Amino acid sequence: MIEFTMPSLGADMEAGTLVEWHVKPGDKVKRGDIIASVDTQKGLIDIEVFNEGIIEKLLLKENEKVPVGTVMATIDPGEEAVVKKKEKIPEPIEKEKTPGPIAKAKKEIEKVELAQEHHRAKASPLAKRIAEENGIDLSNITGTGEDGVITKDDVESAMIEKMAPKEEKKVTVATTENVRMAVAAAMSKSNREIPHYYLETKIDMSKAMDWLEEANKQRSVKQRLLPVVLLIGAVAKAVTEVPDLNGYWQNGLERKEEINIGFVVSLRTGGVMIPAIHNADQKAIDELMASLNDIIPRARAMKLRSSELSESTITVTNLGENNAETVYGVIYPPQVAIVGFGSITEMPWAENGLLGARPVLNVTLSADHRATDGATGSRFLMALKKYLSNPDLL
Amino acid sequence: MDGNNTIKTTYREAIKQAIREAMKKDERVFLMGEDVGRYGGAFAVSKGLLKEFGEDRIMDVPLSESGFVGAGIGASLNGMRPIVEVMTVNFSLLAMDQIVNNAATLLHMSGGQLNVPIVIRISCGIGRQLAAQHSHSWEPLFAHIPGLKVLSAGTHEDARGMLLTALQDPDPVIIFEYTFLLNKEGELAADAGAVNITNAKVRREGKDISIITYGAGVYKALDAAVELAGAGIDAEVVDVRVLRPLDNDTIFNSVRKTHRVLLVEEAWGAVNVSSEISARITENVFYELDAPIQRLGGVEVPIPYPKHLEEAAVPQQNDIVNKVKKMLQHD
Repeated sequence: MIEFTMPSLGADMEAGTLVEWHVKPGDKVKRGDIIASVDTQKGLIDIEVFNEGIIEKLLLKENEKVPVGTVMATIDPGEEAVVKKKEKIPEPIEKEKTPGPIAKAKKEIEKVELAQEHHRAKASPLAKRIAEENGIDLSNITGTGEDGVITKDDVESAMIEKMAPKEEKKVTVATTENVRMAVAAAMSKSNREIPHYYLETKIDMSKAMDWLEEANKQRSVKQRLLPVVLLIGAVAKAVTEVPDLNGYWQNGLERKEEINIGFVVSLRTGGVMIPAIHNADQKAIDELMASLNDIIPRARAMKLRSSELSESTITVTNLGENNAETVYGVIYPPQVAIVGFGSITEMPWAENGLLGARPVLNVTLSADHRATDGATGSRFLMALKKYLSNPDLL
Repeated sequence: MDGNNTIKTTYREAIKQAIREAMKKDERVFLMGEDVGRYGGAFAVSKGLLKEFGEDRIMDVPLSESGFVGAGIGASLNGMRPIVEVMTVNFSLLAMDQIVNNAATLLHMSGGQLNVPIVIRISCGIGRQLAAQHSHSWEPLFAHIPGLKVLSAGTHEDARGMLLTALQDPDPVIIFEYTFLLNKEGELAADAGAVNITNAKVRREGKDISIITYGAGVYKALDAAVELAGAGIDAEVVDVRVLRPLDNDTIFNSVRKTHRVLLVEEAWGAVNVSSEISARITENVFYELDAPIQRLGGVEVPIPYPKHLEEAAVPQQNDIVNKVKKMLQHD
């Protein structure tokens, strides 16, 4: 039996309120399935499960607030094993008499696949229009109309929920204020506990920008790469060379194998969200771009999954175009490093005794001195420079 | 007359007073039809009028719809303002050639020189056990024809007022009256008179669903709305009134408000006025709909004779209530 506990969705989270179960006892779940929605200071988060099995018991009632680590449900992993065994039954012997179990199983699978393929949220024309006008995703809404059709009322409740999740149920509301408080808590903890050291370097981005221009010539407008994707790609590659910066400080340095880059997204209303791009080192540039395109709007809408909120191993903050040239980040605990990219700005640049104008990027590293020293940080920045000066390496 | 300046009157009396007022106001107006004079009208609508206005203006005609409707058209072409009564809509088919090929067409055929200011009153609908040759609801047949204005008097107010405005119209107007309503008492303003014959009318405001209907459906829908209010459903009732040309704006505005539509009429279900309204809503305000448009129409059989079967052949208050509940609460 596996215990499913209230996850920590960030260093600042102490408790969460279960808002809704998306499963019931007896449901089969697999890794990555969303099984519950939990309300935190950062909004309503969909919680994923990381085991396969069958939900045995739901131990929390909706609207119950519990500390991180509390067992929320138990999952029986048994069925999975049984299914696997079944698959091993040699077919030929019984084939003639009973095309039974295997054929049945196959049919079941087909059914499931079919059902998934044909799953299209049925909504009234009015509901569709309102959803489109307000950026509401119909696939997340349960319809209350005839035959489960999504109606105007359903979309409007979803809008209310989106703006102020479950206000009427008296749980935390993901308002600007709450996000502000969450950022405040995390940053205070960081500044109080983490002895930061700071390094800074300048990188000539000519080659990177040329490379990008070339690359974009072959891409449709939708697939265009932005400079930030190179920065994230370069951080991911550089951190493979300096793994001490990728991990947590929890009574000692815990290196992480996965490189999940947390990307700071500013909310228009103030405050930030830091969704993770998982396994960034293994993703091709176009995949990284796709991840960003997916994650940024969802972060702004506060519609992130639990793994995206809690599993980043190093953070990147990027100011983007037409902004300040330099940013010194504050580490997001329990991580040990944050990389800050300023705005790429044209500047005088001396090389081989000649002066020229180049697009220049100021890069900073803020790192936890308990975990690493300046030499480590410097090695990281040099690796980063190497990748951004030779974008073909990405 | 009571303190609020309203009078109680029957639907029949409202029509009669309309005819009287029209005839008093304008010497060119006269009434012609089968048994309208000595007998007082098949449904006693014109009882007493012969005595009041004389044989020249209350004219009994032979049993030939094609003949007397044609005569009416001729009179109107020559400057008169005839009110032609057709006893039941079933008999109107005999006059269909005159109505479609002459009344509705002459303005076009004469290059705009000849208007046909005739008003044809037709009784229709069930209610008096007159069976399959005297009881139908054929408003849709007339609403199909360009060149006609087709009105449906579903209330006392319209029974009293539509005729007066129709007589001002330079072109042919058909007014449908409902035998089912003749004895029904209703309140009418003491000074009730001519009414608008251009627009549909919201007879009851509501926010949850638009029940769009006309004719004999209006009072049934209003009664259904009262019953539905008891079940927490706030229904709006729209009386279409003018079946041709349809008043899109009033209908669409109601849809924009309630987002749900139930169309109710007694005419046979297929290819009726509701079909047309449904299509227009879908074409123009599709994105206002929060549920599929539904219709209640007459059962597609010749109207039966026995009372209980007659009642079962057209939508009743109960049917409306049940249908609305299903649309809104669907359980």
